[in-house]
Amino acid sequence: MSASVDDIPEAGGQGRGGPASKRVVVGYGFWIFLLSDIIMFATLFASYAVLAGATAGGPRSQDLFRPGSVALETAFLLASSFVCGMATLAVERRNQRWTQAALLLTGLLGAGFLTLEIREFASLVERGAGPSRSAFLSAFFTLVGCHGLHVTAGLLWLGTMMAQFLAKGFRQNIRHRYLCFSLFWHTLDIIWVAIFNLVYLVGTTPYV
Amino acid sequence: MSEQQYHAAGDGDAPAEPPLFGQQGGLAAGVLNYVYGLALAALLTVASFWAAHTSLIYGPSVPVAIAVFAVAQMGIHLVFFLHITTAPDNTNNVLALAFGMLIAGLVVFGSLWIMQHLNQNLMPPSPQALP
Repeated sequence: MSASVDDIPEAGGQGRGGPASKRVVVGYGFWIFLLSDIIMFATLFASYAVLAGATAGGPRSQDLFRPGSVALETAFLLASSFVCGMATLAVERRNQRWTQAALLLTGLLGAGFLTLEIREFASLVERGAGPSRSAFLSAFFTLVGCHGLHVTAGLLWLGTMMAQFLAKGFRQNIRHRYLCFSLFWHTLDIIWVAIFNLVYLVGTTPYV
Repeated sequence: MSEQQYHAAGDGDAPAEPPLFGQQGGLAAGVLNYVYGLALAALLTVASFWAAHTSLIYGPSVPVAIAVFAVAQMGIHLVFFLHITTAPDNTNNVLALAFGMLIAGLVVFGSLWIMQHLNQNLMPPSPQALP
């Protein structure tokens, strides 16, 4: 094991150098799944954009959304994505302590985001702006709630990743599972970027 | 945490694999990559929130400005966090991303376009039809 990592040629999946390595294939396959997930979110964005004005005489987005709480949610999720990157660096170095610490912090920040979102949903329902109030609110709860469900699933996955690293160590297949998890977690942040910009920020400007 | 630990034997998966995302370089370079990504993403987030509440931008173009910041931030996330780069082992990922963006764009803009036309072409409801 004296060769440096940089000396080992790795096929990239274009036929040169043999078949692509497992790492590249696993990442590619999961990336295809994530893109299909993104397309599903695109349909939810499309229905929200079409229905955003259909308030049925109920509250409009300008009356409901508070930028302060959205800014905090955004900060939580962005920080969570960053710490997940730190966890990736720790996994690559097979450092159990840093991996567990970084993943725990990633999960706590994600849970903080989820708590804020649930509180926001509860306050909307309390003010009579639940999903059954208007088509606009149905589309809003479907879109943002679907993202929240993805974050919830991500938190469960994160817990199982921590347990697997602890129980089975940094085996190749476990690291590949972690690669998929980190792609999933970072993609959730990308979808949140679209949500907070197009739903919350554009929704609170007086021009739409 | 040092470079040496890449090559830690055991685990039964020789030869040593490159980093998960295929990003070469030491720990400092890796951390710096994420710090750059975090800084740029935070900057664009602040820019979006600023654009939503400023009077410096011509009002009706504010949503466009926010959309531009959003697309830029998604690009930053793709490059710095998901490592969708121009590296040779990433060509397939980039092509899949391009196809995904094509479909997502067709879905969103196609829906908006069609629904707007339907709205314009629909007859206003007749008074008798209303409950």
